Amino acid sequence: MILELAAADVAPGRADVLAQIGIPEGAVVSAHIERLYAAASELFAEHVAPAGLLADIDVAEFAEVYRGEGRNEPRSPVGEILGRAEHLALFVVTLGEGISQALQRCFAAEDFALAYTLDAMASVAADGAADLAERRFDGMLRGRGWTTPDGAVLRYSPGYCGWDVTGQRKLFASLRPERIGLALTESCLMQPLKSVSGVLIAGPRTIHRFPPTYDFCDRCNARTCRDRLGALFAHEHA
Amino acid sequence: MTVLAEIADAVIQGDGPRVAPLTKQAIAAGIPPKEILDAGLIAGMTVIGDRFRVHEIFLPDVLLAAKAMYAGMDELKPLLLRDGIPSIGKVVIGSVKGDLHDIGKNLVGIMLKGAGFEVVDLGHDVAPERYVSAAREQGAAVIGMSALLTTTMPVMREVVEQVRAAGLAGQVRTVVGGAPVTEAFAREIGADAYGFDAGNAVDVVKGLLGRR
Repeated sequence: MILELAAADVAPGRADVLAQIGIPEGAVVSAHIERLYAAASELFAEHVAPAGLLADIDVAEFAEVYRGEGRNEPRSPVGEILGRAEHLALFVVTLGEGISQALQRCFAAEDFALAYTLDAMASVAADGAADLAERRFDGMLRGRGWTTPDGAVLRYSPGYCGWDVTGQRKLFASLRPERIGLALTESCLMQPLKSVSGVLIAGPRTIHRFPPTYDFCDRCNARTCRDRLGALFAHEHA
Repeated sequence: MTVLAEIADAVIQGDGPRVAPLTKQAIAAGIPPKEILDAGLIAGMTVIGDRFRVHEIFLPDVLLAAKAMYAGMDELKPLLLRDGIPSIGKVVIGSVKGDLHDIGKNLVGIMLKGAGFEVVDLGHDVAPERYVSAAREQGAAVIGMSALLTTTMPVMREVVEQVRAAGLAGQVRTVVGGAPVTEAFAREIGADAYGFDAGNAVDVVKGLLGRR
């Protein structure tokens, strides 16, 4: 199904964008940066064209998609969570090509600060769009009577956490995101770049809890998995 | 305030429209281009870098200052070339093969130029052999590689190996960086250094070239 996404749905929050550009909450923001933020917001509103797809998939079918070209890590969170998943959906969201082109124009004009701010805004928005896909799938499942106590939906993407990026090929073959203007490069990256794809896994919240002790974790500096898990289990520390 | 101090101040304020005429004024006053570069433009960027390091200002402020500095460099570059004055070092940068993300690499390039380095930007999706041939052809002292995906990180190892195979080890140093890259990974693949962000990358390159 097509995920209906409006520009307002993906407009990022100011604090999140400032955090993305390295400005902590409560810091004094200079007039320069205020102007940049306003200019980037205008460009963002002008060029964002969000779109998305979501498709239910059963465990057996997804196992085939996940197998990809056989390049995944031997042990990975998705591989281990899959057996305990209750519902799955493939998804993709994109902010559209207009944002990428606006970014290129800013860099070409040596408007580095504006390009950087717009890039940060778009990155936060793309993640926000993926969050929205999670919430929509959660809502759909509950509408269909999904009643697992403390159930939660979390996304996993090719290129991260042991799922080789070449997995994008089978994901694309199944989901056919060309319908919303997405293409896959030879190296399996999506164009437009500000896009997120993957699988949404629904099940008891605890299936998503995994320690960062896989072989590939030692070689990874990204904290996105920890951040997402932190958000998922935030209520435990509230 | 001397014109060089004014140039530095305009760079610090991110005021490109002021930097260009001040640079012209300094040139017209007969100040040697290298002095305008060092005591005006780079002096301003050094203050910016110091303030950024202690979190007094943020990256967008640095980028505004860099753009202002470029306005002065546009005036100075032909004169520096005419006088045969080399940059403090040449660095080849690029996002590795398979990676289309280039914002981090662009930031590193901007910061390096701001510090006085000459930067050869190969763009993104750069094959290992292209880094090596560019470094050789350009006489670069450093290759800087960026990756945003764990799956493209192994390309960095290939570049390091190809630098060695080409007999350029020690002559061309390799620096790696990008969100998933770690210092341990840099050591594991035999890279000369790891830069954890764009500001740090400048310090690292300076360190490698004995410019600290």
